[in-house]
Amino acid sequence: MGSIPIAHGLVLAGILFSLGLIGVLTRRNIVFVLMSLEIMLNACGLAFIVAGSRWGHPDGQIMFILILTLAAAEVAVGLSLIIQLYRRYQTVDINVLSELKG
Amino acid sequence: MMLLFYLAAAVAVIATIGVIVQSNIVHGLLYLILSLLAVAVIFYVLGAPLAAMLEAIVYAGAIMVLFLFVIMMLNLGQNTRDQERQWLRAGGWLLPALLAAVLLGQLLYVMSGVEGLSAAEQVGVLAVGSRLFGPYVLAVELASILLLAGLVSAYHLARQIRPGDE
Repeated sequence: MGSIPIAHGLVLAGILFSLGLIGVLTRRNIVFVLMSLEIMLNACGLAFIVAGSRWGHPDGQIMFILILTLAAAEVAVGLSLIIQLYRRYQTVDINVLSELKG
Repeated sequence: MMLLFYLAAAVAVIATIGVIVQSNIVHGLLYLILSLLAVAVIFYVLGAPLAAMLEAIVYAGAIMVLFLFVIMMLNLGQNTRDQERQWLRAGGWLLPALLAAVLLGQLLYVMSGVEGLSAAEQVGVLAVGSRLFGPYVLAVELASILLLAGLVSAYHLARQIRPGDE
């Protein structure tokens, strides 16, 4: 039993962030894109917590709380945009947005 | 505690892969909740109990319920009854159930009162709170303004525009 190396926590945060990035780049369903964004934000929060726990400092958790509020606001706006998209085009395919006129 | 960390990390990574390869939105949401709960366990192991609780309550609770409401509003499942029948097959819920069982085992292990609950030193609620409302009080105010802006814009964007309203 010993403390967990900081590198392992940061590697985990990197893996989760990369998975979220892959999700954003590959999925064409906008709900999944938003979920992948959530994963990326969560990975950022994990990195802050890992760093905060390495030095036993509360600032890491404070940054995590701020990221949490950011994620909540982002999800609210993003989901209402999804509702508008679905009302106008009857689909959640993100490719229809590339056919903007004007 | 090392074992707890690596097990929870494995659950988080597998569940996250499950999110990005799913085709069914509700299944993806299920995996995402699992991933967030696993990350909450990691927070606890790393000695951040407040962040772990907030992750479970706000992220896995509130934000995911918001997702669920929107999925219900979109009413994407045209053949909902077929989907319902599909969910009862083992392929849909077996892996999430296994991963959730791992998390439950970790919870029971932590609650059984083993010595040295956390590998790192705990940074408790008091330390975080006194710092949050001391030097960071401006950031708290800005976060509240951000949430208010999110509320107003979500209301405005999701409003139903009827033909005669313009």
